[in-house]
Amino acid sequence: MRPAWSVILLTTLSGAAQGLVLFMVLLEWLARGRFIAPLDDRFFTTGGVIAVALAVVGLGASFFHLGRPERSWRAAAMWRTSWLSREVIVLPLFIAGTAAFAWSHGVDGAAALAAGASAAALSIVLFICTGMIYACLHFIQEWASPLTVVNFLLMGCASGALTAAVLAGRLAPQASDVAIVGALVLTLAAMLTRAASLVRNLRLRHRSSLQTAIGVRHPRIVQKAQGAMGGSFNTREFFHGRSRALVRRVREAFMVLAFLVPLALLGAAFAGAELVLPLALAIQFLGLLAERWYFFAEAKHPQNLYYQAIS
Amino acid sequence: MCACRCGIRVHLRDGAVRYIDGNPDHPINKGVICAKGAAGIMKQKSPARLTRPLLRKPGAERGAAEFEPISWDRAFSILEDRLAKIRNTDPKKFALFTGRDQMQALTGLFARQFGTPNYAAHGGFCSVNMAAGMIYTIGGSFWEFGGPDLDRARLFFMLGTAEDHHSNPLKIAISKFKRSGGRFVSINPVRTGYSAIADEWVPIRPGTDAALLLAIIHEIIACGLYDRDFLVRYTNAGQLVNCDAASAEEGLLVVDSTSPEVNPQYPQNKVWWDRVTNRPVPTHAVDADPYLLGSFTLTDGMPVKPAFQLLAERVKDNTPEWAADITGIPAATIRRLAREMGVTARDQRIELPIAWTDAWGVDHDTVTGNPVAFHAMRGLAAHSNGFHTCRALAILMSLLGTIDRPGGFRHKTPFPRAIPPSAKSPNTPDAVQPGQPLAGLVLGWPASPDDLFIDGKGRPVRIDKGFSWEYPLSVHGLMHNVITNAWRGDPYRLDTLMIFMANMAWNSTMNTSEVRRMLNDRDADGEYRIPFLVVCDAFQSEMTAFADLVLPDTTYLERHDVMSILDRPISEFDGPADSVRVPVVPPLGECKPFQDVLVELAGRLRFPAFVDESGQRKFQDYRDFIIRYETEPGSGIGFLSGWRGKDGDKFLVGEPNPRQWEMYAANNCMHHHKLPPSFQYMRNCNRGYLEWAQRMRIRRFGEPILIQIYSEVMQTFRLAAQGKRPGRQPPAHLRERVERYFDPLPFYYAPLEMQLTDRDRYPLTAITQRPMAMYHSWDSQNAWLRQIHTHNYLFVNPRTAQDAGVGDDGWLWVESPWGRVRCKARYSEAVEPGTVWTWNAIGKASGAWNLAPDANESREGFILNHLITDELPDGERRSSNADPVTGQAGWYDVRVRLTPAGTDDAPVVAPQFAPMPRAPGIEAAPRAWRAYFAGRAKAGRAPGGAV
Amino acid sequence: MKQLALVIDLNVCVGCHACVTSCKEWNTSGEAGPLADLEPYGRDPTGTFFNRVQTFEVGEFPDTETIHFPKSCLHCEEPPCVPVCPTGASYKRKEDGIVLVDYDKCIGCKYCAWACPYGARELDPRRKEMTKCTLCVDRIYDESLAPSDRRPACVMACPTNARLFGDVHDPDSEVSQAIRERGGYSLMPEWGTQPANQYLPRRKSAVQIAPDQITRVDNPHRKDGKPPMPRMDSPSLDDATSW
Repeated sequence: MRPAWSVILLTTLSGAAQGLVLFMVLLEWLARGRFIAPLDDRFFTTGGVIAVALAVVGLGASFFHLGRPERSWRAAAMWRTSWLSREVIVLPLFIAGTAAFAWSHGVDGAAALAAGASAAALSIVLFICTGMIYACLHFIQEWASPLTVVNFLLMGCASGALTAAVLAGRLAPQASDVAIVGALVLTLAAMLTRAASLVRNLRLRHRSSLQTAIGVRHPRIVQKAQGAMGGSFNTREFFHGRSRALVRRVREAFMVLAFLVPLALLGAAFAGAELVLPLALAIQFLGLLAERWYFFAEAKHPQNLYYQAIS
Repeated sequence: MCACRCGIRVHLRDGAVRYIDGNPDHPINKGVICAKGAAGIMKQKSPARLTRPLLRKPGAERGAAEFEPISWDRAFSILEDRLAKIRNTDPKKFALFTGRDQMQALTGLFARQFGTPNYAAHGGFCSVNMAAGMIYTIGGSFWEFGGPDLDRARLFFMLGTAEDHHSNPLKIAISKFKRSGGRFVSINPVRTGYSAIADEWVPIRPGTDAALLLAIIHEIIACGLYDRDFLVRYTNAGQLVNCDAASAEEGLLVVDSTSPEVNPQYPQNKVWWDRVTNRPVPTHAVDADPYLLGSFTLTDGMPVKPAFQLLAERVKDNTPEWAADITGIPAATIRRLAREMGVTARDQRIELPIAWTDAWGVDHDTVTGNPVAFHAMRGLAAHSNGFHTCRALAILMSLLGTIDRPGGFRHKTPFPRAIPPSAKSPNTPDAVQPGQPLAGLVLGWPASPDDLFIDGKGRPVRIDKGFSWEYPLSVHGLMHNVITNAWRGDPYRLDTLMIFMANMAWNSTMNTSEVRRMLNDRDADGEYRIPFLVVCDAFQSEMTAFADLVLPDTTYLERHDVMSILDRPISEFDGPADSVRVPVVPPLGECKPFQDVLVELAGRLRFPAFVDESGQRKFQDYRDFIIRYETEPGSGIGFLSGWRGKDGDKFLVGEPNPRQWEMYAANNCMHHHKLPPSFQYMRNCNRGYLEWAQRMRIRRFGEPILIQIYSEVMQTFRLAAQGKRPGRQPPAHLRERVERYFDPLPFYYAPLEMQLTDRDRYPLTAITQRPMAMYHSWDSQNAWLRQIHTHNYLFVNPRTAQDAGVGDDGWLWVESPWGRVRCKARYSEAVEPGTVWTWNAIGKASGAWNLAPDANESREGFILNHLITDELPDGERRSSNADPVTGQAGWYDVRVRLTPAGTDDAPVVAPQFAPMPRAPGIEAAPRAWRAYFAGRAKAGRAPGGAV
Repeated sequence: MKQLALVIDLNVCVGCHACVTSCKEWNTSGEAGPLADLEPYGRDPTGTFFNRVQTFEVGEFPDTETIHFPKSCLHCEEPPCVPVCPTGASYKRKEDGIVLVDYDKCIGCKYCAWACPYGARELDPRRKEMTKCTLCVDRIYDESLAPSDRRPACVMACPTNARLFGDVHDPDSEVSQAIRERGGYSLMPEWGTQPANQYLPRRKSAVQIAPDQITRVDNPHRKDGKPPMPRMDSPSLDDATSW
């Protein structure tokens, strides 16, 4: 598949926002449960605003994916069948819930708690919707796995926790260690599940082949013409056009940038060098962009079997 | 009618073409349409359309395409002045050559009335070997002239055909044939197009088909699988040949001087050796049965043999093993194919309950057919050994007893013709006289050296050396020689060369780079060596760049046209049919149909056939001409056969009908006359049909058309070359050539160019095929079609490519002894390893056809023409790279080698030419996008063409 | 319930692309149009087509098959492109099973194209709406056309009649019979999409000739091969002796 930057930005930014909200709600509960010292409302308000901003920018980016954005309101129609439609519904709700979460802090404690709970729930639902958009396409075998949803969830949470850790360093030092440990754990978990999906996908045997694509039983079939030589929607949308080596390098890069380096920096931060946290966040976000690019690039759409050669 | 011959329905919306589909009531295509036809809208909307007459700017070089627009009045007066001067001094200084052969009735008439011998259509570089080889054998040929009867065939062999101009009927027929369980074998170096769906593909080395066919004939004769009854009665197989080496008539058929000759042009008094009485008898004597094999001595001591015996002797050594080495086809396969043909023909005989009478008065209760059919085209023809290949094919078809019989080959009116047809060109330079029409037809069918168009010293009269000793049976002319000959002044120089719809500066010429130079070459005095070039085309082709005067033609949707019975009508197996085209949209800009231009010029130049008794011009325009023209005053024969007579109730012969166009238009633009079933078969020797054809003046004579297994015409030329025949004899340097190649029986020889080429140095043959979605450059510039084939690759067998170090998708050089081309390779398992090939006519010169200068067609598209020479060294002299019998261009004889392109080679095809600018009057091509929606422009929204 | 579909006979498809351009021609000026072409006369021309013909080579020389393979929307019975559409623009008609796009609802998100394993959908580059084969729904029910013309443009055009059109749920229809009797198969059956369009495979005819079929009693060699009888008056034993 050709990675679309609009979708990459949407899923990474919104994922971070969702993770941030989830982590803030977690911290709030921990604080209310007196597991950690009480936290300043400013932390939640600011965090909520940041989450809203991230999600809105992501949503804005997603419009660039649409051919006819002016009709996008129609996309809420098919929530019964379409995960995309569900995402379209849940994302604004999540933004609204998060905004309520941000606004209610310092205004009404009970409302804040309720808003937090609902924003957290929406965040999880949204992770599921987003993940399922890809995971439900069962013939894109790289995506058709529960790991896709888990990865979206954990990577979002990891980046969200890291954002929270950065924020806590400024506005809630008492939660800083928890946030750092949370980010560490989530990043580690995300790394493990993402690595698991990498291993899975590298070992994947594709069920479709040229033989099933054209229905001819012969071990040696070679395409000579695809009916168009100047390209077509099929060649533009489903091929990234990059070399295998580049794709491999991106894979290596995102494992390092999204997980290993942030883990090391988080470790350093836990050891006291909290100043490295913004750097860790920036590197991790870069890594997640690369991860999402790779997520699309590695997916082999069966239609590509029909578009292998021209002459 | 579509751009070729299919019937179409053109649907308009607000005056714009909304949809073109096939006409279900049309006999040719029965409602179907091809990719080109269905993309007709984009042909009509092409930004390459010429819209105004153009005159080369003073001082501009030819090829630079710098023009100023002029009025038609000016264009006509330039032409009138120039042509009148030529016509009144030396008419042969004017030459008219046309790429379109379906307009020959008019273009040929124009040339003849002008008085120039220098006229031909593109047949000489297309498929004249197929026409001549078969017409000189069975009196008919493929495509417009006849074809395979796949409705009843059980076994079908296709040789050297990928895609054909008769494409839709053939596609319809092959599909029905396959679905009914028929077996389809394709013999072709490449498996594309029709071959793709063949039950068996037999890859063959190019130019070796004659060897295959002779080996099959060998096997058929050896197994006794020939249709003896057919050969005896309907061919000259049983006729006795003079085998006396001392005789001046050696090799001619023995005549019985006591029997009536009947027609001196086609004597009927040949002789058989009767098995019953064991003595010579007149052919077709009642109750006689001739020996086909054996050797006999006439009472006067003359040794004679039946023609069939000579054929058997000829192919005696042409064993399948012999052919296997030449063709690359295993001997077992050749043997199997021969047996399949013979056994199927013999054992699956068709008997139709149709009574008919043969030319000798014998009644037959049934029409029989041997269901083995063949189709072949340029793959056999476009070699310099193609004439004999095509003759071998016609003989094989005759041995199997399949000529004009159900399930075999069927003629289409006006075929069969006499062998050879009685139409003749003049045979003396005196036929060309100032101010006079040519005394004779411009093109004809020589029966002997007496029919050659040469002067007293044996030198050619025609600019292309047609009908000379070099190419005696060049019945379609040699368009591919014209520019080179005129440039060199051999045999003489021209003044004005008019080219209609032929891209002679690109894909319609051999040796393209050199020909472009010749077109632009000047004498020491600064005058162009070809002083005045007129090009008429609908599109800005590469050729228009070289013109002094460009005449913008209309498209097929904008004009009247006829597929005349005098030319190549759309006849079906069951009877004659002709058709017309009527305009459905007005001409673009100032475009004018070429026919109207010719009628106008003919009137201005006062050609006798175009003026009335008072010397006033007779025809208003082409439309008027078609209705009122008669071949001779009062002949009642005109261009169209249907709805003749005052009331439109006559067919073929009848006085002009002023409402003829309307009547055609009301009847699907065609007229189809179905013959009674008893006239539909065995027409070479079907008395009823022959008499009908003679009565309807389709043929002058009524004699049966005996199939010429043994060609006496060839032998007369050979005798002349041997010095045995009195009268005209070839000049010394051509004697050996004529003697060798004018063999009365077919034989295999390597094509001339291959004989001259070091085959170790150039181990491969390079050929082209036509993609089905494009016929030529007209289509490959079409916005929809060019998306399918945007550029072309050289297809190479992977083993061949790897041996040469060429990668799949890699750039390489293809070199012939004559030139080299850089292009990209595509591996293909569907090509014989000794052959490389590419699609024809996709590559274009930069900027031509109003494509962007960096369009794929010029950056990655290429033509092989740069590798193909138009001339071959012949000792001190040069001869055309053509068949020594017919002058057919040897397109597929070129030998090449492959080398990988170097790292410093640019990733573009070579050679490249300076981009061609857009001529005045041509709209800018929509660069960014086009979204065609018929009729929407009128509604105020203009999605199409916006930039 | 009716399911209209095409059955494509690879046994007779010669790869002429008539279906490709006739489809473009009908649809660009029809209800599905206009269908844009980018760089129509420039470098790398590309445009929207509902139907393409592809070419594959099977096997190695000399046992090579060249397969021409027309490909358009298969109008799946379980179309994966339909449920994923967030707006309902992509839908399958109940009355005849045609999968269509309601252009006015399409937001151009391309998700349906991602959800089609066959690559049957193309986003028009100018309109930014998803387009696809409509089975010429604007022809087949048009009562102003002659009944014989109420067929998809590609079916009307196909010179080899390689495209059959009809109701694959009607067991007596031409298409159902063809599928049944000529080995109709689905593309990528592994995804359970149940394409309504089916393909018919190549078939081969061969001739078997037994050796005893080659020469028979009526072999012409029996006539031509024999040397002629000596003349009656040439010398014979009868002239020299008696017994």
